[in-house]
Amino acid sequence: MAAVLPSTKTTGVVVAQRKSRTGYFLLLPGMTWLAIFFAIPFVTLFLTSLQAPVEGQSGQYVPAFQISNYSDALLEYWPQFLRSFVYAGIATGFALLIAYPLAYFIAFKAGRWRALMLVLVIAPSFASFLLRTYAWKTILADEGFITSFFNFLNLLPDDRILNTGYAVVAGLTYNFLPFMILPLYAALEKIDPRLMEASNDLYASAFTTFRKVTWPLSLPGVVAGTLLTFIPAAGDYINAELLGSTQNRMIGNVIQTNFIEFRDYPTASALSFVLMAAILVLVFTYIRRAGTEDLV
Amino acid sequence: MNSHHPEAIAAIAQGMRSSVSRRRLLQAAGIGGAAMLATACGTSSGGSTQASAAEDLSDTEMKLNWSNWPSYMDVDEETGTYPTLEEFISSTGIDVTYTEDVNDNNEFFAKVRTQLEQGRDIGRDIVVLTDWMAAQWIQSGYAQKLDKAAIPNSVNLIPRLAAVQFDIDRSYSLPWQSGFAGLGYNIPDLKAATGKESLTSLDELFDPALKGRITVLSEMRDTMGCILGWLGYNPSEFTDAQFEEAIEALTKQVDSGQIRQVTGNDYIAAMDSRDVIAVIGWSGDVIALGEDFGFSLPESGGTLWTDNMLIPSLAQHKKNAEKVMNYYYDPEVAAQVASWVNYLCPVEGAQAAMEKIDPALATSEWIFPSAAVLDSTYVFMELTREQNEAYERLFQKATGN
Repeated sequence: MAAVLPSTKTTGVVVAQRKSRTGYFLLLPGMTWLAIFFAIPFVTLFLTSLQAPVEGQSGQYVPAFQISNYSDALLEYWPQFLRSFVYAGIATGFALLIAYPLAYFIAFKAGRWRALMLVLVIAPSFASFLLRTYAWKTILADEGFITSFFNFLNLLPDDRILNTGYAVVAGLTYNFLPFMILPLYAALEKIDPRLMEASNDLYASAFTTFRKVTWPLSLPGVVAGTLLTFIPAAGDYINAELLGSTQNRMIGNVIQTNFIEFRDYPTASALSFVLMAAILVLVFTYIRRAGTEDLV
Repeated sequence: MNSHHPEAIAAIAQGMRSSVSRRRLLQAAGIGGAAMLATACGTSSGGSTQASAAEDLSDTEMKLNWSNWPSYMDVDEETGTYPTLEEFISSTGIDVTYTEDVNDNNEFFAKVRTQLEQGRDIGRDIVVLTDWMAAQWIQSGYAQKLDKAAIPNSVNLIPRLAAVQFDIDRSYSLPWQSGFAGLGYNIPDLKAATGKESLTSLDELFDPALKGRITVLSEMRDTMGCILGWLGYNPSEFTDAQFEEAIEALTKQVDSGQIRQVTGNDYIAAMDSRDVIAVIGWSGDVIALGEDFGFSLPESGGTLWTDNMLIPSLAQHKKNAEKVMNYYYDPEVAAQVASWVNYLCPVEGAQAAMEKIDPALATSEWIFPSAAVLDSTYVFMELTREQNEAYERLFQKATGN
């Protein structure tokens, strides 16, 4: 008996260990993917951002520790950085304004149309991002209906929408809208309707119910949605390239120009890193402010 | 690394010829990402200057891979095939993979640069590159010497293009198409805005009545060539100070909002949708837009450029490549291509052949220019790499990058 007990125990431990190893095996594909397509390029990109040019050989760089790549890049391109965050911020705001009522409707009022509406939200993504952005060129064309309408009201300083900041923000809002709607919907859909009923029963007005019950409970969705919209929007360059003008270039355009046109890989890498760092800082501040660390 | 789906881009190009940029096509679909990876993985090793040849598999492999710019080959509108190319395939049995994946000289170079520097085959037997990029390839030893005996038709090359600075006797390159950068405009809209029927100078292009309704090309040489000429300088021979003055003139027009956008081929879509009235653009594109559109060279001169066929080092089907070059230097074939692409045809005798296809095109000054027209154009000065980089930076800065 005494001899048997320990052995049973050991078997139990082995099984448990095997189970935990299985867990690691399951992680393997994901970790490999991350290592190959994120960790290694990340390190290479960082090393590239510190490289120095070879005298007299354009496009050739050697490993170095040239911190000035960063300060030079920032000094030269701060307007584009600023513009990227402003555009992305405005687009995120608009996306939230459009997405919240829609997600609310789908979650609480759509009934049997719910699945269909969700499909409709995602449906445009079946067409390429690029083609959809091209379509906006037609929608916002000078001779088009929308521009004519706003011109009739005399609301456009340049008599046009296309190739202005308005068009870029509109494109960003549109292109990243599904990333706002889906997390909002997921958060709203989880809310127990009985909580709203209870609030109603306690004589709260519809607005108070929204303010005290629905909105706080949907905050994780708001935070996730704004992040999923803001981050790609800040780094986007297609909207600025196709819908903007020379005055509306964003940081993505500048990075692209440095990589492709100038073959200035260190500057482009440094810009990419500054963009990442700036987004990280903004995101952390935002999450802290929103007080939702435990919700995300 | 080629995650930029040439087929997809080609399909888009087919579908929306007019709205797709030949030079700077939607630098999207992860090209930036692809380039990032390409440069992140590639260690820079100094390029050799001697082109290396690979074992030529042409005799055993009836294949040819050809990379060209979009909308640069005659197309059968109904079937979507390329008639002249089909003819070549059926008469020689060489299976040609024709890919429209050159959208921008720099972007294409970024894609294949690592392989070239490391002395590897880029999987293409012919690439088509603009003069200055072709010059860089030849100087770096990325292009193989052509066997002119295998291209007897190359004697048909028009004299004006027979000798160029970067390839004095054309031993590495053969022109595919040439063209002009000049003034393109929508005739009725131009008349409505300014009362003029045509544009003849950059003064007229920068007329305040056209504010926000003009674009210029993102190809630095084409735009700056026209501006240098406008300021009274010679685009074939100018100084740094003159270039900087031209940049200032451009900046002024950009900052005032006169210039709406700086684009690659996208300007064609913008002209088509009438967002833009006048442009600095490319001859063939504007002509292809139709009767409402006009093209002219500014009185101060336009630029003349050539896109050249090169055989990359280590290409595996060199003889097949030379066969196809020879085929397209047959005047009859060249005329067929010219009747579709509307660019300057580099083949002597094609004008006579064009009489049979379309007599109106046979007299076109843009496809078969007279000496007078050619004399009013400049070939942009050949730049060293350092100059190129410095000028490109100034140009990009002036245009918002």
